[in-house]
Amino acid sequence: MADFKAPVLRVEHLEVTYYTDSGRAKALDDVSFTLNAGEKLGMVGESGSGKSTMALAMIRMIKAPGRIEGGRVIVGDTDLMALKEEDMRKARLSKIAYIPQGAMNSLNPVTRIGAQLVDAIKSHRDSDTRSQIEERCIHALKSVDLDPGVFRMYAHELSGGMKQRVCIAIGILLQPQVIIADEPTSALDVVTQRQVMETIDRVKDQINAAVILIGHDMGLMAQFVDRVAVMYSGRLVEVSTVREMFTDPKHPYAKALISSLPNLDNKGVFQGIPGLAPSLLRLPSGCAFHPRCGQAMDICKTTRPETRMLDNGRLLTCHLFNGVA
Amino acid sequence: MANLLELRNVSKTYARGPITPKTTMALQDISLTLREDEPTIMTVAGESGSGKTTLAMLLLGFTPPSTGQIIYRGQDITTLRGDDRLAFRREVQAVFQDPFAVFNPFYTVDHLLTVPIKQFKLAKGAKDARDKMDEALTAVGLRPEDVLGRFPHQLSGGQRQRINVARALLLKPRLLIADEPVSMVDASLRASILETLRDLQRKHGVSIIYITHDLTTAYHIAKSIIVLYRGGVMEAGDVDRVIKSPQHPYTRLLVDSIPWPNLDRRWGTDPIKAREAGQGVPGGCPFLSRCPEAMEMCKVQPPLFQLQATQAAACYLHKAAASVGPERLSDLLPV
Repeated sequence: MADFKAPVLRVEHLEVTYYTDSGRAKALDDVSFTLNAGEKLGMVGESGSGKSTMALAMIRMIKAPGRIEGGRVIVGDTDLMALKEEDMRKARLSKIAYIPQGAMNSLNPVTRIGAQLVDAIKSHRDSDTRSQIEERCIHALKSVDLDPGVFRMYAHELSGGMKQRVCIAIGILLQPQVIIADEPTSALDVVTQRQVMETIDRVKDQINAAVILIGHDMGLMAQFVDRVAVMYSGRLVEVSTVREMFTDPKHPYAKALISSLPNLDNKGVFQGIPGLAPSLLRLPSGCAFHPRCGQAMDICKTTRPETRMLDNGRLLTCHLFNGVA
Repeated sequence: MANLLELRNVSKTYARGPITPKTTMALQDISLTLREDEPTIMTVAGESGSGKTTLAMLLLGFTPPSTGQIIYRGQDITTLRGDDRLAFRREVQAVFQDPFAVFNPFYTVDHLLTVPIKQFKLAKGAKDARDKMDEALTAVGLRPEDVLGRFPHQLSGGQRQRINVARALLLKPRLLIADEPVSMVDASLRASILETLRDLQRKHGVSIIYITHDLTTAYHIAKSIIVLYRGGVMEAGDVDRVIKSPQHPYTRLLVDSIPWPNLDRRWGTDPIKAREAGQGVPGGCPFLSRCPEAMEMCKVQPPLFQLQATQAAACYLHKAAASVGPERLSDLLPV
């Protein structure tokens, strides 16, 4: 079992750039954070803010024209960025598992669920016997609350929620230390969503993994995660505990996100965030949020704010908090 | 007073298999009236497979009902022909879930707006057409010069969905069927699209049927709500009442599963049964196999029991209340 004190995941200065025909887009700009075993981190931001890019960069699956420009991703004591390609392939799923967006639609329609689970194990552990492999699969299916009979079924025989749970089962087959779930419930209705999230929570406890939940539903974050990271134009602008985030958000963008949330007390009040997210190809000077920020100062237009850590461990990237210890 | 739209005991069954057809009841005995002079926003809620989208398809006339009639301004929509049919097509508009799929990527977004103008001969010449487009886009909060002439991939999901609303508005519809219009756009853009829809109702007098599984947005935009489960009406009434004090076990499950952005309001701790749990008893309450309160008598389908002037639930837990026939559903819904 991992040491509870030492972080199981350390991401340091991760940078990703896409080299497109119309210019360079910095999709991930100096992203650093840590995560302990058993901890759940929510990653929120608008479409195009770099959430999925971060997940792909962590498992080194960024495809051209994108390139990881620098940084380290350390799981346990292994730096994933330093691994050889073959070792990295082995590390995916066994150290760090990624459940992509819309994963449930990527199950192979013409092979049985069981074969897809067996495949995943075989490509990582060639020494296991057949019965060991099957036992592992059945165990994984059971831990996501699926009937072992699902092993012999095809994807079309399952409902959306069941398919999503199959994908979670594949994700936990080799008991990874870090699970990244990219909008695991975006196509599911509220009841199924709750069920899938409860499943993730339970299997996380069983294997004591760290979970990163990517999404834009703040309500889901409030129900599920321990800490929330807010991303804007490729940068982490605030990382706080979920309670701090909901009771006392600091960054103006995080504040706007929180106040745009609907609840039962303010019926009929719709408060969006004015303006649009900037294109990564033409980022505003200084702080990328300044054109939409109600508290923008002169310095925000010219100087890029650095990320600083407050006393209680909160991370903030905003000039407003430069003087704050 | 004239009725805009009237559903009379509408049911829809889907059959599968050529020799021994297996039938699925997608919608069961729905009666509903929308008045012409009182535009309203009505929510139809329920999880996947509850019949929400079937209802939208029926209302748009894309598929005929198995039994019952859908009457639009005095005429059965399945018998509409010629000019009447064209008028129906213009006056009943839809906004669909996926703002990406409705655009043809080979055309600029103008195409989506110019086609209906031509089809319904809305404009007298190019200048007029352009003015109409500008007007509709401005009404949904877009700057025409920002979006016209662009290709769909150059716009954000929120912009695209607002163009869809603009297209619907262009046709001056009387009824808008919005099938999950905000479920695929960013949370920060939802607010502005919902606001656009509400303005449509308030300023342009368009009635809206808002189909969703998201009770939070339903609560904020609608006046009344119908909760469907497996094609049957479980609970109906005033949206405030139904969401703040749900009386049917299914509505309670739905409301309990909303991920409220509130740390003091957690998901319930009761284990929930998946939709796969059992197929239910034929002729019984559709929710029977998942219901924590199931009783012996639930094997016979309960009628709607009226709890308040504007709330009714189809559940024997409330059998002390007076029952109401399915044809009186509309009386429960405030406008």
